Amino acid sequence: MEITKKVRGGDVRAATRLIRNLEDRIPHAKDTIKHIFSHTGKAHVIGFTGSPGAGKSTMIDSVVAELRKRDKTVGVLLVDPTSPFTGGAILGDRIRMQRHALDPGVFVRSLATRGALGGLSKAVGDAIHVMDAMGKDYVIVETVGTGQQEVDIINHAHTVVVVLVPGMGDEIQAIKAGILEIADVFVINKADRDGAGKLYRELVYMLSMVDEFPGGWKPPIIRAENIFDADSFQRSLDELTNTIGQHYQNLIDKGLLGDRIRRKAVLELNEALLAAILDPVLTKLVESGEMKEMTEKLLKKETDPYTLAEMIASRYLVMPAE
Amino acid sequence: MAKRKLRIMVAKPGLDGHDRGARVLARCFRDAGYETIYTGCHQTPEQIAAAAIQEDIDCVGLSCMSGAHKYLFPECVKQIRALGGDDIQIIGGGIIPKQDYQLLYDAGLKGIFTPGITLDDIVAWINENIVPNVKE
Repeated sequence: MEITKKVRGGDVRAATRLIRNLEDRIPHAKDTIKHIFSHTGKAHVIGFTGSPGAGKSTMIDSVVAELRKRDKTVGVLLVDPTSPFTGGAILGDRIRMQRHALDPGVFVRSLATRGALGGLSKAVGDAIHVMDAMGKDYVIVETVGTGQQEVDIINHAHTVVVVLVPGMGDEIQAIKAGILEIADVFVINKADRDGAGKLYRELVYMLSMVDEFPGGWKPPIIRAENIFDADSFQRSLDELTNTIGQHYQNLIDKGLLGDRIRRKAVLELNEALLAAILDPVLTKLVESGEMKEMTEKLLKKETDPYTLAEMIASRYLVMPAE
Repeated sequence: MAKRKLRIMVAKPGLDGHDRGARVLARCFRDAGYETIYTGCHQTPEQIAAAAIQEDIDCVGLSCMSGAHKYLFPECVKQIRALGGDDIQIIGGGIIPKQDYQLLYDAGLKGIFTPGITLDDIVAWINENIVPNVKE
């Protein structure tokens, strides 16, 4: 296929259009993924997550600069939220990394969440495959500004960087489940501000309560401060870039990379299966008007969602006898 | 199947830092249901063109208040076309005297919007004149 060849050759126009078709869920885009899938799996996928304004985009910009110094090519996927009211979005992460716009070794693409709740867009998984197939050495994914629960990045990234800033709450925040559990590397950004020492101590305390880390990797805590002192900021970002590399190497050395990749594979199969089974059924129900009838019945309390779902499932799903 | 979404970029070429208008527009485009990429101030035409290509943009809106539009807007068109963005529509706005309109239209701008026009008018114009440049 022409498009497959173009994407594998690193053609940005073909790749960005393919990502758009994936976002818009155009059926033939799926066919292209079928063709490129076997060529993926070479890139190191790095996720950046953290609350809005923590400095994710700025960090990524500096990490990209460092990776480019080391002659590595980078794809960057930036996710920002879609308005639940209008379906529109402002994708503004790119502002922080426009200095790489003319570098052919860097491909930056913004995506809107389009209603997905886990901090990413549904198309991100496939968009990573696209950049991977283009031959990028690294694919960096920035999640939306997260709260506590947006942890989908763990299903896609080999290394997850959680960016924190001082002054976000007391020590109870640090022992909650969710975002802090998924970190492979912590960054305390704006570490020249009040409360940075306290945040550092809370993280150390939280990590000290963990008995055993997978692969013996205890998430390091890196401090980044004073972006206006460009040299010192870039030095902390060099440290971050090195640490990200060490984490990946540790995954390989301890045989854990497979676990991460397997997690994504299971998820992708789940999602593809769900779409393959559900989409045609839903389309039929909507087109035949049956969906509307059933909704009415539900409103009148004549039946319940479980009975209807079982009825529909028994109509379309023929399970082979055991 | 989901409907095609319009992808639009708001960009400020050159040294002009008056970005309130650009930000208001970005917000307005969000409310109109477009996916809006904002690249910030102080962009070169080359940077704007590269971003438009990478982001698969349907329409680039250029904003300039400094009077440099006669150079910057045509240069943006040129750079976008040079990168193969033949199907990307380019519009502009800002402090632009009437006598410059023809030069900008001739350079390839599809629309020019200046003070006094309402956000609703701009959105209505875009809805009428810009379609997602994707062929099935």
